[in-house]
Amino acid sequence: MPVLSLPSVLTSLTGGVHTIPATGTTVAEALDDVVRRFPGLSPRLRDEHGEPYPFVTIYLNDEDIRFIGGFGAAVQATDELSVVPAVAGG
Amino acid sequence: MTAATLPERATGDLAPDEYLRYSRHLILPEIGIEGQRRLRQARVLLVGAGGLGSPAALYLAAAGVGTLGLVDFDAVDASNLQRQILHGTADIGRSKLDSARDRLHDINPHVHVEGFPVRLSADNAREIAEGFDVIVDGTDNFATRYLVNDLCVLRNVPNVYGSIFRFDGQASVFATADGPCYRCLYREPPPAGLVPACAEGGVLGVLPGLVGTIQATEAIKLITGAGTTLIGRLLLVDALHWRLRTVRVQRDPSCPACGTRTITDLTDAVQLCAAPAEVELDAIFAAVPEIEPAALSARLASGESLDIVDVREPYEFAIARIEGARLIPLAALEHRLDELSRDREIIVHCKAGGRSAQAVKRLRAAGFTRVLNLAGGIERWSHDVDPKVPRY
Repeated sequence: MPVLSLPSVLTSLTGGVHTIPATGTTVAEALDDVVRRFPGLSPRLRDEHGEPYPFVTIYLNDEDIRFIGGFGAAVQATDELSVVPAVAGG
Repeated sequence: MTAATLPERATGDLAPDEYLRYSRHLILPEIGIEGQRRLRQARVLLVGAGGLGSPAALYLAAAGVGTLGLVDFDAVDASNLQRQILHGTADIGRSKLDSARDRLHDINPHVHVEGFPVRLSADNAREIAEGFDVIVDGTDNFATRYLVNDLCVLRNVPNVYGSIFRFDGQASVFATADGPCYRCLYREPPPAGLVPACAEGGVLGVLPGLVGTIQATEAIKLITGAGTTLIGRLLLVDALHWRLRTVRVQRDPSCPACGTRTITDLTDAVQLCAAPAEVELDAIFAAVPEIEPAALSARLASGESLDIVDVREPYEFAIARIEGARLIPLAALEHRLDELSRDREIIVHCKAGGRSAQAVKRLRAAGFTRVLNLAGGIERWSHDVDPKVPRY
């Protein structure tokens, strides 16, 4: 089962859980599955039209999904999706 | 990027005291005498002398970088000292540049420090960056990060990037000849309030130490040509669960900075999420009705029954609270409306007024008509009414 990894800042929306197993055969399906369980995550992952934000990059393993098919990219059972939002602190 | 791509400058032999000072570098085959001479010739500009800039500057000075430029307009505040190790308790109130210069010269008197006591802007960035070989991005806001990126792309200067929030850090090297830039990773900055960079702030004090030293490492590798840099990779640091990994960052042909090159000049983006963040959120949410702390104090003293609702987080409530206030964190507000009475006037507050302004808007949308935002939050309350309430 693929997993979704979250930065610590988003775990306040998942009860402290930072690695969430997800079902689905595409990135979109896996995100949908996680968002069903943690609705508060939804606006942090994609906009109200379901489109990617230009300031939140989602990785499938080590690849930016924008270069491998976007939300339609195929996801395997051993894959890891990671949410990498822009942060500005210094 | 290799050392060969950085400009050559006239150089002489190392002085006897430099051989001793840099001896642990000189015996590294990857650096050696030539690498040390390159470091001495190098000019590195650090944008920001705060959390990231502190360790980066300290190690670059210790390493023998010949010229360090520092851009920072701020003064040292007590709340900086948890992480900004360039500065000490005795420096509180001094300009960060003065404090940094003293500390860096103490570490290495051979280093020339050039200070720029200004906020980097589209108007001054080119002039400030003139002559520098590498720029280290240690800023604390999106607007300056995009400015630094575009400056580096336009001037063909490597951008040694680092960014931190809470327990998470990022580092990379952008804007080299063949590598991606920051806009390839994040095309545009987020609108205020969407990315959790402001009201839910905080950072582990040691985290900028980790990331800033990574930036110093990358700058040294760029200058000396040693090893493999983070060009094309983004280093992700999770200090809470101890995970370090790199992911690929590709050059985006449609990137407006380094791809299509449609960005041909520098502009000042709207300042988003800069510290102190909530002050800026205040401006965004200024449209909600407010009450001044002194006015609230007077009404409470007259015996009025007001419902004071604190929408901060529990850990903030534990640090400081207004007597009589009750805690309903902003995220829980929608689910706890039944705890509020429409017949009683509600005063909402947070740390500085940003989150509570959002709460006022939500409550009014839910039909609560007698709701006011405490102007300036508990910070202003502490300043104007009750100094015993700790500020944080």
